[in-house]
Amino acid sequence: MDSLDEGVDAAVVRAEIRRYERRARLRNVVRRVVVFAAFVIALSLLYSGYKAVGQSIDDAQRDWPVIGSVMPATNDLIMPPISAILSEFDDPPQRRNAKTLGQFIFEASLFTAREAFFGFVAGIVLGLSLAILMLRSRTIERGLMPYVVVSQTVPLVAIAPIIVIWGQTNFGWLPFTWNAWMSVSIIATYLTFFPVAVNGLKGLQSPSAESIELMDSYAASRTQTLLKLRFPASVPYLFAALKLAASASIVGAIVGEISSGVGGGIGRLILDFASRYTTGPERLYASVAGAAVLGIVVFGLISIAERYALRGRAQENPVV
Amino acid sequence: MSTSAPVSVAVEARAASKIFSRGKPNQVVALESINLSVRQGGFVALIGPSGCGKSTLLRLMAGLVPATEGEIFVNGKAADQARRDRDYGMAFQSASLFDWRTVTRNIELPLELLGWSKDQRSKRSAEMLDLVQLSDFGDHYPNQLSGGMQQRVAIARALSFKPSILLMDEPFGALDEMTREHMQAELLRIWEDTQTSVVFVTHSIPEAVFLAQRVIVMSPRPGRIVADIDVDLGPRGFGTREDPEFFNKITEVREALRAVEVP
Ligand SMILES: Nc1ncnc2c1ncn2[C@@H]1O[C@H](COP(=O)(O)OP(=O)(O)O)[C@@H](O)[C@H]1O
Ligand SMILES: [Mg+2]
Repeated sequence: MDSLDEGVDAAVVRAEIRRYERRARLRNVVRRVVVFAAFVIALSLLYSGYKAVGQSIDDAQRDWPVIGSVMPATNDLIMPPISAILSEFDDPPQRRNAKTLGQFIFEASLFTAREAFFGFVAGIVLGLSLAILMLRSRTIERGLMPYVVVSQTVPLVAIAPIIVIWGQTNFGWLPFTWNAWMSVSIIATYLTFFPVAVNGLKGLQSPSAESIELMDSYAASRTQTLLKLRFPASVPYLFAALKLAASASIVGAIVGEISSGVGGGIGRLILDFASRYTTGPERLYASVAGAAVLGIVVFGLISIAERYALRGRAQENPVV
Repeated sequence: MSTSAPVSVAVEARAASKIFSRGKPNQVVALESINLSVRQGGFVALIGPSGCGKSTLLRLMAGLVPATEGEIFVNGKAADQARRDRDYGMAFQSASLFDWRTVTRNIELPLELLGWSKDQRSKRSAEMLDLVQLSDFGDHYPNQLSGGMQQRVAIARALSFKPSILLMDEPFGALDEMTREHMQAELLRIWEDTQTSVVFVTHSIPEAVFLAQRVIVMSPRPGRIVADIDVDLGPRGFGTREDPEFFNKITEVREALRAVEVP
């Protein structure tokens, strides 16, 4: 606490430390980006390498049937070259429409992101409500938790059409008109609330007995203990869940679109291009890549929010 | 029910007992018939072997757990009422700071619960930071502080709303010897500044003798009070730890503890 040297001002030392920390953070970000880029490049090389090997064998010796029989074939229909996939983004997929495939995918991604976002938010609200309910009593926890777990074992493709059919009801009591995409949001909610409920409960129960006693010693109400202690203590647990939930909400939205036929999103786009695969395999690959980018962006956004929300806390990450 | 204790007494236990899981196979008699009275402004240390019920007695005084038999009065009220009146602050062995709050906001936690305005809160937390000599660290997070500094924050938090009684459960137990002695001196300075009554649980004999005006010695489970030793060393200072009377008191406490040790 005492400065090491009379001549060194503590404020100067602290500013120096802050500068060092900022540099370390920046290095960390750069490292993550480099690692990710390297991963993408490695994957592309693997893809192109396999294709190249398969093509040369295919051309040279047709009597060595490994690639194409026990391994996927490498012709341009089954494995379009990466260059063709990339250049496809710039091509308009419809004859009388100048819009490029990239624009189509971008717009579809936004549509799906909207579905996923509302589903995600609703999932957080539902998950947290369940967690708080289960926190209130052991009996409720024991009664409810099995159903929460079982809910996730029902295949999504089975319930998605049901939810969409229910969504065709004219919900007159709603202050807004119900759209088909909102049904897809509900499917996303179905995947989102689970990690939030499970991890949220774990986080709400995480404060030490001493911290709880401390709140009791201030005669804090249950709500105060929830808001000032349990909820903030659960934030690291919640972020671990939100990272899962965000990806899950995208997956839920895409699967929801595919299995229900709701149009406008990336799931529907994938469905369309899959049905017309032979006339343009690159389009399917491109739209799958678009879906992957959407997932990565969402994951990245949550990670950034996490860093901001957990600044100053001890570094350990809670185990999910 | 009997009458309440006179107000000049900070804490009074009358034939207080605590039995956990009463009537079940895992029943534990933690405390047996404790009679104790701590005067207002006094500094009392509770010492005894591990598991003898020191923490339980402190929690009884704090109104956190009810006595099975007997009564506890704090400032002339039932302990639970005193808790609701926010008559005391507490400090534990782990500082139990909230790691998502800065030092300042940790100190302000009880004030928030009491509904103080932002201005009042920052005024008081600045005072408290000054009291524990951490004015430069208000914006730091707990994990940026040493163990001793964290305990000082915990003390500042416990005293922020000026409770009349400070209950401490081995607050310096996790600190190294040097820091510990420094913190003991700090605590005495704060005690003199604030005139708070202190009940201090420890299992260190020198710590009890150095800090307290009275050392209460407890027996192994079930915890009973076996000695009540007055320590009259005058104002503590650097010389105190070398004072022959300091050693005499240490010996006296040690012998009281040894007398009740189970072989
Ligand atoms: N909540 C509880 N339930 C059951 N037994 C307890 C509980 N709290 C403490 N005990 C028991 O009471 C005894 C005294 O504990 P404690 O007051 O923590 O001792 P000390 O602080 O002196 O080490 C111990 O045997 C402990 O196991
Ligand atoms: Mg204890």
